[in-house]
Amino acid sequence: MSILSKEEAQALLKKVLSYSKADECEVNLNGSDAGNIRYARNSVSTSGGISQNTLVVSSAFGKKLGVATINEFDDESLKKVVQRAEETAMLAPENPEFVSFLGPQTYPASPTFVQSTANMGPKERADAVAASLQISKDNKLNAAGFLENNTSYAAMMNSKGLFAYNTSTGVSFNVTLRTEDGKGSGYATKSYNDFSKLDVKGATASAATKAASSASARALEPGKYTVILEPAAALVLLENLFFGMDGRQADEGRSFMSKPGGLTKLGEKLVDERVNIYSDPFHPELPTSTWSGDGRPQEKINWIENGVMKNLFYSRYWAQKKGIKATPAPDAVIMAGTDQSLEDLIKGTEKGILVTRLWYIRSVDPQTVLLTGLTRDGTFYIENGEIKFPVKNFRFNESPIIMLNNLEALGKPERTVSGESNTNALIPPMKIRDFTFSSLSDAV
Amino acid sequence: MRRRDFLYVSGIGLGASMLQSVPVIGRDIAMEEALIPVDTALKKRLADVALNAARSKGATYADVRIGRYLNQFLTTRENRVENISNTESYGMGIRVIANGSWGFASIDQLTEDNIARAAATAVQIAKVNSKLLTEPVKLASQRGYGEVSWKTPIEKNAFEIPIKEKTELLLAVNDAAMKGGANYINSSLFLVNEQKYFASTEGSYIDQDVHRLWPTFTVTKIDPKSGKFETRNSLSSPMGMGYEYLIPKKEEEIDGLFTIYKNRYNMLEDVTTATRHVDEKLRSKPVEAGKYDLVIDPTNLFLTIHESVGHPSELDRVLGYEANYAGTSFLTLDKWESKKFKFGSDIVNFEADKTQKGSLAAVGYDDEGVKCKNWDIIKDGILVNYQTIRDQAHILGLPESQGCCYADSWSSVQFQRMPNVSLKPGKAALSPADMIKNVEKGIYIFGRNSYSIDQQRYNFQFSGQLCFEIKDGKIGGLLKDVAYQANTQEFWNACSAICDEKDYRTGGSFFDGKGQPSQVSAVSHGCSTTLFKGVNVINTGRKI
Repeated sequence: MSILSKEEAQALLKKVLSYSKADECEVNLNGSDAGNIRYARNSVSTSGGISQNTLVVSSAFGKKLGVATINEFDDESLKKVVQRAEETAMLAPENPEFVSFLGPQTYPASPTFVQSTANMGPKERADAVAASLQISKDNKLNAAGFLENNTSYAAMMNSKGLFAYNTSTGVSFNVTLRTEDGKGSGYATKSYNDFSKLDVKGATASAATKAASSASARALEPGKYTVILEPAAALVLLENLFFGMDGRQADEGRSFMSKPGGLTKLGEKLVDERVNIYSDPFHPELPTSTWSGDGRPQEKINWIENGVMKNLFYSRYWAQKKGIKATPAPDAVIMAGTDQSLEDLIKGTEKGILVTRLWYIRSVDPQTVLLTGLTRDGTFYIENGEIKFPVKNFRFNESPIIMLNNLEALGKPERTVSGESNTNALIPPMKIRDFTFSSLSDAV
Repeated sequence: MRRRDFLYVSGIGLGASMLQSVPVIGRDIAMEEALIPVDTALKKRLADVALNAARSKGATYADVRIGRYLNQFLTTRENRVENISNTESYGMGIRVIANGSWGFASIDQLTEDNIARAAATAVQIAKVNSKLLTEPVKLASQRGYGEVSWKTPIEKNAFEIPIKEKTELLLAVNDAAMKGGANYINSSLFLVNEQKYFASTEGSYIDQDVHRLWPTFTVTKIDPKSGKFETRNSLSSPMGMGYEYLIPKKEEEIDGLFTIYKNRYNMLEDVTTATRHVDEKLRSKPVEAGKYDLVIDPTNLFLTIHESVGHPSELDRVLGYEANYAGTSFLTLDKWESKKFKFGSDIVNFEADKTQKGSLAAVGYDDEGVKCKNWDIIKDGILVNYQTIRDQAHILGLPESQGCCYADSWSSVQFQRMPNVSLKPGKAALSPADMIKNVEKGIYIFGRNSYSIDQQRYNFQFSGQLCFEIKDGKIGGLLKDVAYQANTQEFWNACSAICDEKDYRTGGSFFDGKGQPSQVSAVSHGCSTTLFKGVNVINTGRKI
């Protein structure tokens, strides 16, 4: 099914609401057309086109809530889905945490849709991959990669008069190039709303350089090192901090933001004063939806300002109970930096390790946000401001809180995407002292 | 649903509004409707429309999967039900070979016109992509089975158990924890029913009804003075079973340090024990880093097997198909060809098995119509085989696929996924208690916790839910901040004793992630309690 226009979505949602007999009813509608191509061993492997739609009906009688969804949109199916939501609500136990749906809101339009991305088809994807494969073959390397584009829409309407609509496009590309002997490996990942910003050749060439220069790595002793984290490496650590900024968990005493006696660290300086992290749905490099899944507007929010924890996100229920603003979790975060390039950070480093990618990140201790994982696809020793030689991969055990207290320098933020969660963010490269590597890995 | 999405959905503090902000994977349905499968004759007709359309557009091979995927998800905390969700996802995926290249398209509106269009799209993608091929796809031969069916051998369909009974069980579990002094308890029950139909141009029409379930909880207790908190998760296992898994049975219990469970689970008893454990964890002493002999219970070892044996023996990783995402493997073909690569000690034997009753990966036929079977991967410590699908079998010189193909939805393309991979129990009679008697300085580990391994599966780090000190053959108190780090080959060569079959249990991963776009699969790993000599243990305690 094609992407529904605002008018088409509005008409469909109105029709669904007209069938409701519940005290309150809210309907969410979304759909996407997506295409992808995957390659490995310098050859295309699997690929496909996926078209999906979903309509979610939430019906409430008092504090009893029922949810039903459907992916067929004829009148009979729409009547059936409303009836199912209402029947489920009748059977459900009363939920003391149910909060009445939001009334009408005003949302500015989201700058998230780009026509050139929506126009992509199998040929555009194949052409892009052909260019990537050519670079791999020219450099006698082995390529594996993935290119995916999608066009999506989301809309919601409820019996209290709220209506929201948004369209969005996205394209993401990532590639790993390995030397023929398997001793060197390099990676690049890019994600945009606008296909015309995607430089497949540039990203592949960058991965090719890392692959060639990371071959025959030397082993260094594990221990504490000054590291320079490229944005893709920094994000997979920092996102665990963002995910953990739930106000209720902090209040309940089970997060890194908790203090004894039901208190939290909100308002306290937890990290270096140069750390500023915020979200902004209108940032030109990383636009996101202006409304969250339950209809709350998404606005510019400072999460960490000059190292001080400024805001946490809350469910509407918990915010109401605490008598505070119900700030939703952000769709994407932005960390401020400086004008320094990655090369500038390297030049200013006497001894250190350049980490281009981190992998298999898992929480070890939620109370300290201690994480473990490994370096991957190009790790290099820096001496006197220059990259001297590639080093073998390390396992690390480190907390982003400790890391942001050991901040030495920040570079210029760039849009990157997490290899762990697929989350997009604007993150600067960063130099960190005393980063803890606990063992060596033979992996390339 | 991607693994991360599930973790989000199942996370602490889930409310209805949060659920709406995660990707919706299906549609809710009245259960009585969902339990009546889509008519097989209709599925066959729709499948033939797709197969004929693909052939008419130039496909030399085509298969079609019509899937109805049902999930029921119940989450509770303390004295309330947070969410009851019944989802259904129905649609069709068409996979073709044209000009020697794979193509795939999936749709959720199954009219004949849409099916024909999707088949044409799949062929178009294959033809466009064929220009980027280095060699055409080579499929191992596979006979058509005609019209056949298979069903998970369940005693009680968990979807048919009234919602009231299931929520009452979870609330009773929560009540036991709160009465035991817990500050918080989250419990959930996740049910899966895959009704899937496979048809191919080779003449198979396979109808399967697959069931899985996973009951779990997390008990949390906070020390009011220090503000420190500890948790203990359920020691249940996700299973390829019906609701009977949740009906306790004495014969399926093992008495040891505390009761542990085989093919039946006593959730109420486990939560009572867990609440006591959380208290002990708050009082536990930090581990001193160093070398220890590890006695690892199956509730922890299954995940180490999954990561360090299951994943590196996937042939697609070995060949480089996952190089950009899940990674490659240290178990390269030359090691297999040598016939003497010492993966583990002589007592280490791993079997792959897609037929094991009660396991998560058990099905009659895989998602490219290959009948399931079992085979050795590690025999007497030596690497002897991998896991393959039809387009890989020729690389190993195999006449047929090993039946390891799976897609997590009608909308996803099928590819190589892990079968159940299990450590065979020791042949001589040996109980965990007898094993521990001979350990001077060790740690006895239960339950899955943090886990991480590199992209070629050499270096790993795991921690557990419960880590008991062993000193001079006796079990002591709980230790905290324990994580064991090892190199896969060194670890399995340090395997010095395996308990007998009386102690054999399966653990499982319900949401194993792999592929781009990322897909999940469910897989079990069986083993008995096992002893590893001289493994490196680190202390993970930090201050912020």
